[in-house]
Amino acid sequence: MSILEEARLAQAEYSTRRHFLKACSMGLGAVALNSLTGLNSFAATPDGSTNQLGLPHFAPKAKRVIYLHMAGSPSQLELFDYKPELERLNQQLCPPSLLEGKRFAFINGTPKMLGPQAKFSQHGQSRAWVSDRLPKFSSMVDEVCFLKAVHTDQFNHAPAQLLLYSGSPRLGRPSMGSWVTYGLGSENEDLPGFVVFVSGGGTPSAGKSVWGSGFLPTVYQGVQCRSHGEPVLYVNNPKGVSRNLRKQSIEAINKINQKQYQEFQDPEILTRISQYEMAFKMQMSVPDAMDISKEPKYIHKMYGTEPGKTSFANNCVLARRLAERGVRFIQLFHWGWDSHGAGAAEALNIGFKQRCKEVDGAMTALLTDLKQRGLLDDTLIVWGGEFGRTPMMENRSGVDNPYLGRDHHTEAFTMWMAGGGIKPGISYGETDEIGYYGIKDRVHIHDLQATILHTLGLDHLKLTYPFQGRDFRLTDVHGNLVKGILA
Amino acid sequence: MPFLINLLPSRNYLSLISGVILLLLIYSCGTDTEKISYNKDIRPILNENCLTCHGGIKQLGEFSLLFEEDVYLPTESGKPAIVPGKRNKSELYKRISHADPEYRMPQEADALSAEQIEIIGKWIDEGAIWEAHWSFQVPEVQEVPDDLSNWAINNIDAFILERLEREGLNPQPEADRETLVRRLSLDLIGLPPNPQEVDKFLNDKSSDAYEHLVDRLMDSPHYGEKWAALWLDLARYADSKGYEKDPPRTIWRYRDWVINAFNQDMPFDQFTIEQLAGDLLDAPTPQQLIATAFNRNTMTNTEGGTEDEEFRIAAVIDRVNTTFEVWQSLTIGCVQCHDHPYDPIRQKEYYQAFAFFNGSQDSDLSLELPVYKQFSKEDEEEILELVDRVKLLKAQAGSGSKGFVEEKIKEAIFPTLLPSQVDEFNNVIIYGDGLLSNWSNNVNTQKDKEYYFLYSNIDFTDFEGITLEFSTGGKDVNILVFIDSLKGQQLLAMELPFTGGLRGAEFEGKNRFQSKTWKYEQVVSGHHNLIFQMVNTSGKAPEGIAMLNKIQLEYKNQRFADQKLISLQNKLMDLRKKADHTPIMRERNVFQRTTNVLERGNYLVLGEEVQMGVPSSLPEFSNDLTPDRLGLALWMVSDQNPLTGRVLVNRLWEQLFGIGIVETAEDFGTQGSPPSHPELLDYLARQALDTHNWSVKNILKEIVMSATYRQSSKMTAEKLEKDPYNRLLSRGPRFRLSAEQIRDQSLTVSGLLERKVGGKSVMPPQPDGIWNVVYSNHKWETKPEDKYRRGIYTFWRRTTPYPSMISFDSPSREFCVSRRIRTNTPLQALITLNDPVYLETSIALAGRMIEAAPNDTKQAIRAGYKIALSKEPDQETVEILADLYHNANREMKGELVSSGEYQSNQMDAMSVVANAIMNLDEFVTKE
Repeated sequence: MSILEEARLAQAEYSTRRHFLKACSMGLGAVALNSLTGLNSFAATPDGSTNQLGLPHFAPKAKRVIYLHMAGSPSQLELFDYKPELERLNQQLCPPSLLEGKRFAFINGTPKMLGPQAKFSQHGQSRAWVSDRLPKFSSMVDEVCFLKAVHTDQFNHAPAQLLLYSGSPRLGRPSMGSWVTYGLGSENEDLPGFVVFVSGGGTPSAGKSVWGSGFLPTVYQGVQCRSHGEPVLYVNNPKGVSRNLRKQSIEAINKINQKQYQEFQDPEILTRISQYEMAFKMQMSVPDAMDISKEPKYIHKMYGTEPGKTSFANNCVLARRLAERGVRFIQLFHWGWDSHGAGAAEALNIGFKQRCKEVDGAMTALLTDLKQRGLLDDTLIVWGGEFGRTPMMENRSGVDNPYLGRDHHTEAFTMWMAGGGIKPGISYGETDEIGYYGIKDRVHIHDLQATILHTLGLDHLKLTYPFQGRDFRLTDVHGNLVKGILA
Repeated sequence: MPFLINLLPSRNYLSLISGVILLLLIYSCGTDTEKISYNKDIRPILNENCLTCHGGIKQLGEFSLLFEEDVYLPTESGKPAIVPGKRNKSELYKRISHADPEYRMPQEADALSAEQIEIIGKWIDEGAIWEAHWSFQVPEVQEVPDDLSNWAINNIDAFILERLEREGLNPQPEADRETLVRRLSLDLIGLPPNPQEVDKFLNDKSSDAYEHLVDRLMDSPHYGEKWAALWLDLARYADSKGYEKDPPRTIWRYRDWVINAFNQDMPFDQFTIEQLAGDLLDAPTPQQLIATAFNRNTMTNTEGGTEDEEFRIAAVIDRVNTTFEVWQSLTIGCVQCHDHPYDPIRQKEYYQAFAFFNGSQDSDLSLELPVYKQFSKEDEEEILELVDRVKLLKAQAGSGSKGFVEEKIKEAIFPTLLPSQVDEFNNVIIYGDGLLSNWSNNVNTQKDKEYYFLYSNIDFTDFEGITLEFSTGGKDVNILVFIDSLKGQQLLAMELPFTGGLRGAEFEGKNRFQSKTWKYEQVVSGHHNLIFQMVNTSGKAPEGIAMLNKIQLEYKNQRFADQKLISLQNKLMDLRKKADHTPIMRERNVFQRTTNVLERGNYLVLGEEVQMGVPSSLPEFSNDLTPDRLGLALWMVSDQNPLTGRVLVNRLWEQLFGIGIVETAEDFGTQGSPPSHPELLDYLARQALDTHNWSVKNILKEIVMSATYRQSSKMTAEKLEKDPYNRLLSRGPRFRLSAEQIRDQSLTVSGLLERKVGGKSVMPPQPDGIWNVVYSNHKWETKPEDKYRRGIYTFWRRTTPYPSMISFDSPSREFCVSRRIRTNTPLQALITLNDPVYLETSIALAGRMIEAAPNDTKQAIRAGYKIALSKEPDQETVEILADLYHNANREMKGELVSSGEYQSNQMDAMSVVANAIMNLDEFVTKE
């Protein structure tokens, strides 16, 4: 009996106790079943029928998400949101007429304006503005939907990242990828449904919590993979232990754990059982999925990958490989966009430029590659930071600062989406003439979350989980679907 | 606005309906005479809906609901928003109940519910009485609930049982003894018991057997190792300096101090005082200085081009945040930029707290001065002998050295002054090789920057001159020397000659330093400070840079010129280099700093000047306290402080039960979660102070003696439904072991554990490619004797922490972490299945199993299971594992262990079984 058969048998055994599990108000029953059936999948329900949770709510356009997060938050004013007026006002004190009626969180008095630190031009049939910082990506604008007036509530990295991924600025809520894998499971039963890659030399400020499962069972948290060396540490068996023997040893462990569960009824034991099964599957599928050296030469050239290194480019190829294999939520963090100008690495004219180079070719290649493989139709790509940057220069008064920088900005910033369920070649939303405030079609972080879930066939109002006497959802008590960008 | 006009009638209609609902509600509440409580009823509504705009960050309409003194003040309109007793005159009430969405509060959000509006109205009618947040009120002595059950053992149980009864739940009976001995052992010393210890407890039929076990475990030297782990997360202890380069730091003596303090059961007030202010105690001991390293676990940025002052400030900010989180569970980090959004702490108050930490000497130097120098025993003995010989030759009266070896060396080598022996310094850089300079990484030599340093208590009797050993990069550097202070008598103001360059290939192997002597007539007598100032006259580099190697004071009559003496002194200076340096806290006495509010937390934008102080919502900083860190420490542990005791008992409780009475152990403020058992929390806090006199062992003992703690951890469907997270303690604790415990347990049951307590951090084996160090050839090297030490001794590099520790949820130790969030992932399974460390422990346990029953597989399995889990396996478990053994025996070809000692594949196959045992849920779980 293979371990998968074993798992199915185990499921049958659990089903006999289903009434108990279902009766439990935490919904853990359904969850445990999900994780034991090898994670329910679209593959299993090609007719669009639903899983045990009654999901998806409606026919999805996208089956999976690749989220490219630029940790630290890149400046929209150097990339996509072209403001000639800002150029005119460069180094001038911000005119009061532009400030009137605007709400400022902290800036006191009159700050200096900072013009765009890049050259802008229009591209494609959609005539979208993209600066010369992203020369390759500018060829892709007709595949992409720009959201020009995204806004958030949080002005610091960690809380803003938490708000973006968990709907709340505080620790403890499930992240977006956890919600999605909780709702939909994975299409591939041998790989984690939610995989995370980090590049750029640092992890996101909010740490592991941005891919944590919060109050959802821990089985739904993101699995961080390394893009060089052994992709997942200790994925290989010790010398002398064959795959068959490993299977037998995990079977023995899980049999005893099942006995333990019968005695203690602690749901955490069920999670551990499924994690050992997952570990076993991962031992086979992960090394295969992660081996980018198998990619042909032209792919390496297109992405700019170097096997064995940690880079955004390598992670982009890995994202595509995992998307092909049906991983539900693939999250890339590229660190180092916090362009305050306090040092060279944070300067718009130095470090920021370098970051742009690191992502330009790779994200363009990812879009192209997915399209060529027909995967772009049912893969949603999301790109952006946790907030934007101010049109004003960062105020470090009293000291001659050789570096140009912008402060954190919550009121308006640009993100882009592409692929499954999203209208290509449009720009949605507008900011005022200095790019300070969204004046048309603003999109709040909660709206973005609602829209991402929608493309996956999930109604953000209905995907809930009971916790401490309340039905929680990703969008908390907010969120409006951005209908204008839906294909 | 036609749009609005169209809307209005329907809105009015809606409000009519809601009015009806409101009336119904008032009617239904009519019999409810209970008074509205601000904390219980009002604060949650305001926090959720109002404080974003009317709180600490923004006070729109000049109205804030955060501070009691602000709430009743006139707002922008000139009228107060709340008129106690009169809801209809209160703008607050009018606005939340307004029909027109243009006026209705909260703006651009859903209206409050009719019920919420009515509660607020009622509260205003009743006088709008403010209450301080619960955690800001001193815990009162609690009445212990009557308890008629025979389940309860001590007072804790009475509190727990009362709540359980209210919720209609029963507690679990006591767990079996095998479970208890393992639970206690893992909780108190972090290691499982061995089979002999288990049997001893099982066979001890005396009525106080359990208590004896508790006492025995608390007396173990391993107790401190277990409990130190909690504290090291709070102290953000790490063996590296952090930031980009993240070079190693020697600070393990602080870790050992924490272990010893727990082992000796240092009372928590003393534990607090020594860490926050050991250096300010009268005649501090070396250990008390080491304790202050608590505050030196901040990160130091050694990256080129960084401004030391910026990162010095960052370290001070971290000290403020950490101190308040550790002792007060207040998250005040946000107040560095603005008033707290939700808790009553003003920005100015943040910088008053900041002022306590701003006077320390450290300033982000690579060398991390000030440090405490410690020598090996042999070196120390040699040094002391040399010092004695020097004393004889100098005919020196044994003067003021405080017994520290470094002080004795300093005295003995006098009149030579080494740069790294400065007593205070400002802006100068002191390098690892002992040089002192007004230059750092190309950017930090400036014309108007004030570079100075001083030696205190210098004997000026017979003084007649100064010799400097220096090199310069040009002619733009002046040296000035003063007595007593920068305004005191000036001994010297000279341009240093150009020596041909600072460093570089051309000086390889050659002395690049020149000496120059300046002579004086009698200047002063007695002991004085000697202050040096370096001025870069042009602001240019390298022209304005100088490096000092040594300072030699000259005395009349060749007082110190004896050749024998000099050779002894040189020996001492050589030996001195062999010390290890633990960064510690030391105050500036001469070059004192002032503290200003930093606008938006920016170190360059100074606001008003502030003095030391504590937030006014917390108890007063009494006049008896000295305005320094020592005063702050005493304030923390005074019986008027409402938080320290509660925070401590909550942390101890969380370690034992997996979740605190206040779940948000890091936040006792208004955004934190409320206590599940407020009376119990206050009872324990009072016990800690009044009965246990801050003895952590006694507090822990009271908790583990309770019936609550001893419960079986089995769940039932009812408990899972009514108490899914065991907040009500309807069963015993059952949760996964910590990262350290998982490692330590495997090492213990395999018999491999090296039980040495304390010492330098160690580097157990880890995969290649983890340890990528930039700008350094510092290597991850495993010494044979360090392979099997407890997890707490593993070298902790902040940017590349030990992988299995991180996978089992250790924090990165960059900042204070109060709570580890437990996860359950396949990566953890892969570690305990495949990590070579766990492979070795499996093989070693297999050896013990075979030894126990060389010719009986099932007996060997029983032995192994008992070693690992402190109890006998049932027959089914034995069968499952025996099957695994036989399968493994068939499958394996002797590749795992190439040992000739055993028949066929016995050892290999048993290792697979041992590995399976060590992967059981019950093995990685405390239950």
